[in-house]
Amino acid sequence: MSEENNVKENEGQSEEPRWMERVAPKEVDWSSLVIIPLLAVLSALIIGAVLIILTDGWGNVLPAYSALFKGAFVGWGSISETLLAATPLIFAGLAVGIGFRAGLFNIGAQGQMVMGGLLAVVVGFSFDGLPAVVHVPLAILAGFLGGALWGFIPGILRARTGAHEVITTIMLNFIAFRTLEYLLKLPRIQQEGRFDPISKEIAESAQLPRLLTWLPVENADQLRLHLGFLIALGAAWVVYWILFKSTIGFEFRAVGANPDAARYGGIGVAAAITMVMVIAGGLAGLGGANETLGVYHRAFPGFTATIGFDAIALALLGRSHPAGIVAASILFGALAAGGRTMQAVAGVGIDLIVVVQALIIVFIAAPELVRAIFRVKVGKETGQITRGWST
Amino acid sequence: MTVVPETAEQVRVPAEVRRARILGFTYLLLAAVVYFLLAVGTEGEVTFRFGDQPGDIDFTFSSAGLATFTAIVFAFLGGVQLTKGFGKKTNVVLGGAMGLFILAFLGWAAAGESLSMVGMLESTLFLAAPIAFGALSGVMCERVGVINIGIEGMLLTGAFTGAVVGSVVSPFFGLIGASLAGGILALALAVLAIKYRVDQIIAGVVINIFALGITSFLSAQVLVENAQEMNNPGVMGPIKIPILGDIPVIGRIFFDQNIFIYALYLIVIGMTYGLFRTRWGLRSRSVGEHPKAADTLGIKVFRTRYVNVFLGGLIAGFGGAFFTLGAVGAFNENMTAGRGFIGLAAMIFGRWHPVGALGAALVFGFADSLQFKLAVIGSGIPSEFLLMAPYVVTIIVVAGVVGKARPPAADGQPYIKQ
Amino acid sequence: MVMLIAGHGRSLLKLELRNVTKRFPGVLANDSVNLTVQSGEILGLLGENGAGKTTLMNILYGLYLADEGEILVDGTVVAFDGPGDAIDAGIGMVHQHFMLVPVFDVTENVVLGVEPTKGPAGTIDMAEARRAVEEISNNYRLDVDAKAMVEDLPVGIQQRIEIIKVLFRDAEVIIFDEPTAVLTPQEVEDFFGIINGLKESGKGIVFITHKLGEVLKVADRIAVLRRGKVVGEAAPNEISKQALAELMVGRPVDLVVDKEAASPGDVVLSVTDLAVVDSRQHTAVDGVTFEVRAGEIVGVAGVQGNGQTELVEALTGLTPPLAGQILLGGEDVTFASPRHMHLSSVAHVPEDRQRSGLILDFDLAENLVLDSYYDEPYSKGSRMDWDYAHHRAGELIEQYDIRTPSSTVTAGTLSGGNQQKLIVAREFSRDVRLIIASQPTRGIDVGSIEYIHNRIVEERDEGSAVLIVSSELDEILALSDRILVMYRGKIVAEVPGAEATATQLGLYMAGSTA
Repeated sequence: MSEENNVKENEGQSEEPRWMERVAPKEVDWSSLVIIPLLAVLSALIIGAVLIILTDGWGNVLPAYSALFKGAFVGWGSISETLLAATPLIFAGLAVGIGFRAGLFNIGAQGQMVMGGLLAVVVGFSFDGLPAVVHVPLAILAGFLGGALWGFIPGILRARTGAHEVITTIMLNFIAFRTLEYLLKLPRIQQEGRFDPISKEIAESAQLPRLLTWLPVENADQLRLHLGFLIALGAAWVVYWILFKSTIGFEFRAVGANPDAARYGGIGVAAAITMVMVIAGGLAGLGGANETLGVYHRAFPGFTATIGFDAIALALLGRSHPAGIVAASILFGALAAGGRTMQAVAGVGIDLIVVVQALIIVFIAAPELVRAIFRVKVGKETGQITRGWST
Repeated sequence: MTVVPETAEQVRVPAEVRRARILGFTYLLLAAVVYFLLAVGTEGEVTFRFGDQPGDIDFTFSSAGLATFTAIVFAFLGGVQLTKGFGKKTNVVLGGAMGLFILAFLGWAAAGESLSMVGMLESTLFLAAPIAFGALSGVMCERVGVINIGIEGMLLTGAFTGAVVGSVVSPFFGLIGASLAGGILALALAVLAIKYRVDQIIAGVVINIFALGITSFLSAQVLVENAQEMNNPGVMGPIKIPILGDIPVIGRIFFDQNIFIYALYLIVIGMTYGLFRTRWGLRSRSVGEHPKAADTLGIKVFRTRYVNVFLGGLIAGFGGAFFTLGAVGAFNENMTAGRGFIGLAAMIFGRWHPVGALGAALVFGFADSLQFKLAVIGSGIPSEFLLMAPYVVTIIVVAGVVGKARPPAADGQPYIKQ
Repeated sequence: MVMLIAGHGRSLLKLELRNVTKRFPGVLANDSVNLTVQSGEILGLLGENGAGKTTLMNILYGLYLADEGEILVDGTVVAFDGPGDAIDAGIGMVHQHFMLVPVFDVTENVVLGVEPTKGPAGTIDMAEARRAVEEISNNYRLDVDAKAMVEDLPVGIQQRIEIIKVLFRDAEVIIFDEPTAVLTPQEVEDFFGIINGLKESGKGIVFITHKLGEVLKVADRIAVLRRGKVVGEAAPNEISKQALAELMVGRPVDLVVDKEAASPGDVVLSVTDLAVVDSRQHTAVDGVTFEVRAGEIVGVAGVQGNGQTELVEALTGLTPPLAGQILLGGEDVTFASPRHMHLSSVAHVPEDRQRSGLILDFDLAENLVLDSYYDEPYSKGSRMDWDYAHHRAGELIEQYDIRTPSSTVTAGTLSGGNQQKLIVAREFSRDVRLIIASQPTRGIDVGSIEYIHNRIVEERDEGSAVLIVSSELDEILALSDRILVMYRGKIVAEVPGAEATATQLGLYMAGSTA
């Protein structure tokens, strides 16, 4: 029928935009990789400044932004907070990024983090007297498994029924939140003596040790940066190796770039999709465990904040490449840490940061916009990730 | 030479046979579940009230009897499904079976009490409204080939704008403001997706994040302090339509609602007629199915997309005002709570048809309404699970239906002109 | 044949293209082209794939804007802002890839954009639209059912809908882009009848094609395009097929493939009563039985859409068959996966190279290992050896004459012919006992076609069994030792290659059992 008529005559140039180049490019194109993100951040901050002017007046812009900068980079306290905030972002960003590489839109990092973090906490307080060397890895593994389960569900639904992961993961996010609330009220999990949903505290042997408390500075024992940061860097390296050096990563990338060709090459597309979502879920689960084991030492509703959504921005900023994701996470961590200071010192609501982040995504996803504003030469054309609702 | 198109018969592929078998076994399993959980050991009677006053139009059943009846029906359905199958009517039968299951479930949960069904149906329509607006907005956009994930953000912005303008000026202008807010966001989506060819799903997600951020930011910075002047529009109450509103049962449910519901009727009728009977509709649909063909015939693809997406945004913005001006009377952060996404699921369930979208939204509305009812009558199910119900239903719908429904062929793909 | 003209016709129209030039990134598609098109004559525009014919006509139709040069209608310079303007000027185009909306019916497709309306809301007057469509269909003997759903119609009928579309808009000059690609020889004759009829009623026709025989048969004038330039114009009685071919390609061309007689060995592929269902649950392959032996080339001829695609998908493991059996060297591979077939030394050149054969965003090395990455020497355990992959890619690029600066460029940057050579390099460079090639030379330049044909014959001579599926009759006739014809999912004829003629095959392809 008319589909068979669809072969394109190749007049020396392909018509379709190279979609992967935009989201997950292979070659280093300096203008795309460095200049555009820089300009994107700059543009977003400028618009943020406009918002501050509109709500608080001119006078507050400079104090707000200088508080932002100081809170992010100046002093060991700030650096600790920045890297601390960056850590779960790295995990979540990897979770979204690896999905993009396989052509999947994983918006479920939130829910996967919740389940991972919760399971890690349960392991954290359920065992007494285990040496930290055993307890910590065990709890971390639990975190991975919890998130992996929550990634498995949308993965297999997509693989078997074609249900689009955008909707299923968003729904699972909501379900995860409700499940968390429910479980946190169960006597087995709930903190004794409390009526609000909050879990028991994990044993000291399960806590992620802090990294910077030995520094010869004032209040060094207050520096919250913990082992999770190093684990995150490790995870980034592992994801890099998987994607670009392993056979399985080749399969993931092939499925993401062209599922028809991947099938022709003998790759099991359904299996690949499911596996990617499991790994992605596990990565996000690690991020959740990072929060519960390293920062809060317990679970409560909202411990994941908006990390899951920020992760989408990160994956885009970082071009779905682990190195880029780490860099982008540190940037966003800086915004988060600095934002808190900005709120405390200059009274500017922290939601401004959310707006700034959204704008950054817009500018990254539409470099032509940045070009139009700044007259900078742009790399390749923007393209699409998804192909509509069904496979 | 004339060639008669042949009517090829459809072959039943192994996958289909397997699916039919699974459905059959599911019926049988459900029959057992219904019998042992809902029938055995249940005492008391349940009364379903359809009239305004108790005793008007009542149906009373023994709860155990109702459940047993349902179990028998399911067993029978299972038998038929496994042997002959229902062919084209499978989905209709499934729908009916689900309805019966819900009745039995209600019977069990409310054993010994009476349930106001009219109230439930009224609230079904009410709760379905925002989802329906979302779904209709989605239909408008996707029929021209633009996936609109940003409906959630448009609803939220509409809610916010409706509340603020409604407080500062008047509820009527609140409606206008809300619609425009949705329209502007939709234009932003359109520009990103059409002009800059950003992936449409990313663009939609961005719109949502942006909307959430800005409404929360402004709400915290401005609304909290000035709640009286800026966040107090009041609720637009129900308006009864003369004559139609007096019909027993139906009148109360359909013709004694607020302005949003009436607008919903008009939009559904207007969109259906417009899409399938007018020039505008044919051209719009062609842009969504085969933009290259439309282009070669001189139809302005980009402009059609911009216009329709803007209209979709107006609908979503208007629907967003429902939350504030139609239900709560004030804006709360993130008050849409995923209704926009459920609207998308309703759109898919309704096969991208306005009437189907409305129908699907009613199903979701019913799930919501059911959840409230169960909470009220104290069914023993934890509230968190009840709150989850709409989301679980969404997943089931999307997983079960999507593979078979066909979206507009060029849905989600940016159009590239040389 | 006497033809009634529907609609209010305009009288004689003359179109001129003057010094038209069009550039795409890296390619000069049209180079100072001068061309005239008149009412009442058929102009054949000849050129091989990639010569710039479609681009030129797209400019004439307003889809592209020329970089230099002008278009004149009846002596006046015009600027087309889009197809709408071209349509208003009386130009119609029937595209190579049909521009029909599958889920609309015939009438909706014809009137789209110029719908007759009634009432204030723009309601379409479907009754009037149907009447107009039926009138045109009857006047020009096109026999199309105005209410049929396009996606249910065979390709030959869909083309007629396109013709009705242009006639409905009062086109005076109609451009046909590769119209016979999807027709059987009989349908081609019918088609010539139709366009001669159109010519006699005063229309001007431009007939774009790469098929020499056809243009010599039906055109009044022939213009040859090569690399974007007009390299020659002649009337058919003034020039020979050979001369035309040389003009098209720019050098002496061997129109026949050099091939010795085959000496078939053991049966490699044995297919029995195979039935395959297509994506819409209709039976596409309906009980097919045949064999392919080592050292022979079996060609499957037939118009696209008669089950060939589904047959190949079943043979290569992409689609499980509904019934029947496939034996490879005696082993039952009916439900084998693509990977299993690959491991069993079966090579597959897919019909849609950009969709199934290559990943355009990946580099050449990655594409070369697409179906062999999981094993040595390209990987050890789970670790890929990219250095070796690139090294091997370099070797194959040399061997198979793939024009590319390196192995690190993405496959999307290659031309169609080089992309196909890349796939052939991947498939033929390993030890294979069965090659399944589907439309192996579709849409590529003559040089690459020659190369690939020669390679296929080489593989046969080395003992491989070869199954070629092609809708290009010339290709089937040139390469096959044995020819099978597929029609409506069945094999309706088997003919030895040496004895087959186009006419005879054409009859089978159209379903007659002579």
